[in-house]
Amino acid sequence: MALQTLEFEFKSANTQSISKEWSHHGVTGSGDMECLMEKKDLGGGVKAKVVTPVKGFDKVWEKMIGKFVADTGVGNVSIEINDDNATPIVVYMRLRQALAEATAKEAE
Amino acid sequence: MEYKGITREWDTLKKDTLARKKDAEQFVREGKIVDAKDAVALLETVIKPFDKVNIEGNNQKQADFLAKCLCQVDAKKVHDLHMVQSVLTLPEHLDVFEKGIAKKLDMSFSGPQAGRIAEFLKEGKLELGAIHTYLELYGRYFVDLTPRVALIAATMADKEGNLFTGFSTEDSPAIIEATKFRQGIVIAQVNEVVDKLPRIDIPADWVDYVIQSPKPFYIEPLFTRDPAMITDSQVLRGMMAIKGIYGEYQVESMNHGIGFDTAAIELLLPTYGEQLGLRGKICKNFILNPHPSLIPAIECGWVESVHCFGGELGMEDYVAARSDIFFVGPDGSMRSNRAFSQVAGHYAVDMFIGGTLQIDPYGNSSTATATRVAGFGGAPNMGCDPKGRRHSSGAWLKVGEEYGMGSEMWGPVHRGKRLVVQLQETFREKLAPGFVERLDAFDLAKNANLPIEPVMIYGDDLTHIVTEEGIAYLHKCRNMEERTAAIRGVAGFTEVGLKADPDQTRKLRELGIIKTAADLDIDVSKATRNMLAAKNVHDLVVWSKGLYNPPAKFRNW
Repeated sequence: MALQTLEFEFKSANTQSISKEWSHHGVTGSGDMECLMEKKDLGGGVKAKVVTPVKGFDKVWEKMIGKFVADTGVGNVSIEINDDNATPIVVYMRLRQALAEATAKEAE
Repeated sequence: MEYKGITREWDTLKKDTLARKKDAEQFVREGKIVDAKDAVALLETVIKPFDKVNIEGNNQKQADFLAKCLCQVDAKKVHDLHMVQSVLTLPEHLDVFEKGIAKKLDMSFSGPQAGRIAEFLKEGKLELGAIHTYLELYGRYFVDLTPRVALIAATMADKEGNLFTGFSTEDSPAIIEATKFRQGIVIAQVNEVVDKLPRIDIPADWVDYVIQSPKPFYIEPLFTRDPAMITDSQVLRGMMAIKGIYGEYQVESMNHGIGFDTAAIELLLPTYGEQLGLRGKICKNFILNPHPSLIPAIECGWVESVHCFGGELGMEDYVAARSDIFFVGPDGSMRSNRAFSQVAGHYAVDMFIGGTLQIDPYGNSSTATATRVAGFGGAPNMGCDPKGRRHSSGAWLKVGEEYGMGSEMWGPVHRGKRLVVQLQETFREKLAPGFVERLDAFDLAKNANLPIEPVMIYGDDLTHIVTEEGIAYLHKCRNMEERTAAIRGVAGFTEVGLKADPDQTRKLRELGIIKTAADLDIDVSKATRNMLAAKNVHDLVVWSKGLYNPPAKFRNW
């Protein structure tokens, strides 16, 4: 299965950033994806790189990650996603879970 | 004016039956027992061309031996049969058409044979009467589709022909009553012939022949959902439904669909439902097969009663040990009855909640695809607003009060409305969209030459759609335009959702017609499998205190 790489950039309200330098969440299993979030100075914006076997859903990726950025106001983050046929809501939920992990305080 | 009655014989059916049975006497060994080796010859003798014939095929229990035998009759002797049966599951159910033994079909549900039915229709091998709901078809057994011969399945018989249908009674009483009392012939395949039955479900004089089948009848564990397969997104929709619908309307009685979405809800009751303080307020009375995924909620004291359409493999001992909850016979085993359960599901519960393949912008939903005649089963009986209902309840009245077209359609009369809820992920696996501008049911109607599109739940009956984007409270809409906007507003990035007008969606949120997870104060990042009361089949066994005995294919420990 040929993989394709999609790259997106988003402007953000930048009301929050992640506390960890980087954070990893999820597994590239069937119907799922993994996500790496890295703190980066992007002038408040968000960059995303998606590696996926699914063709023809570029717009949906852009809209879903855009919705995540708009809903959370996260900024200065570089996101890398390795996807294996995750549905849009799985993408959104994994991003929200990844963000929760990346902003969590170190184990107390 | 002089009126004259006609002159005719008034008992031709009875005489014909007696004549057929006389010809078949040679096959009867003792009492009503016929040997399995004589089964084909028996069928050739008692079934005549053009007869209406029923092969008991339920969701679970199958008269599989008799179905095989019917395929082996000589098509020169037995042909042009009109099959009237609720479910076509086995290949033999269609082989009789391939072999020229049967010609016409009236049915409810065809699951695995759906593709072949469509093929046969196209090739002219099969003539389709109609696709019914279960209750409709049972009704027609007593009107114009009464079987002349019924081939049914029971667990045990005695030599006189009394039958024990036991845990999986399902369709048997409805079929046998219609057939026998219109002078028809009832042939039962049984797993065992015994001297004394645990209880008598069908009396011997309603049964003509009993055949011990070489193997026990086939039974499918159709309602077992492995909690390990439930996804986070199903947990999210489940939490949204529990808070935004079950809790909001205080829904006490319901039917759950067969899918993983409702299994997730069952497993969220002891955790999320408990957190919300809903125990004792919701989910008290179920019309439902004995879903293993309901065990934790039962064990935590949520459930007061469950009446079952059929049995479920592995749940026998658990159900028997919970006779306060399930309907259990004096012998200690459960009694299921699809006809009564469907009646209850139609009239007596406040909510149907399930899933579908496609929803259109009008709210019509369908599981039909262009090349499969799959039928409906019982879903439309429960997934509708029963117009004959006259008792009220809190949930039913609240939906009626909120009905946006109430004053226009009902005038000043106080009425309620059944909750009909679809849980839908905007994209399913392989990214198949759950919302489409035009249902595949239209293509199927054209391909299979059906007079009406096989729509499972009509849009005007649908009250709520739950997607990951939000809940659409469709019954609150004041007209079709608003309704369509509400559907688009929760349809995500499907072709239907992309046409949503963000301003209108915002207005609908202000009106409480759309509520997102955030509106319901649900933290999406917390919606994970950790919320489930059982995470795999083994957990269910533990919850059941060892009483649930899952089939081998669900055992991985």
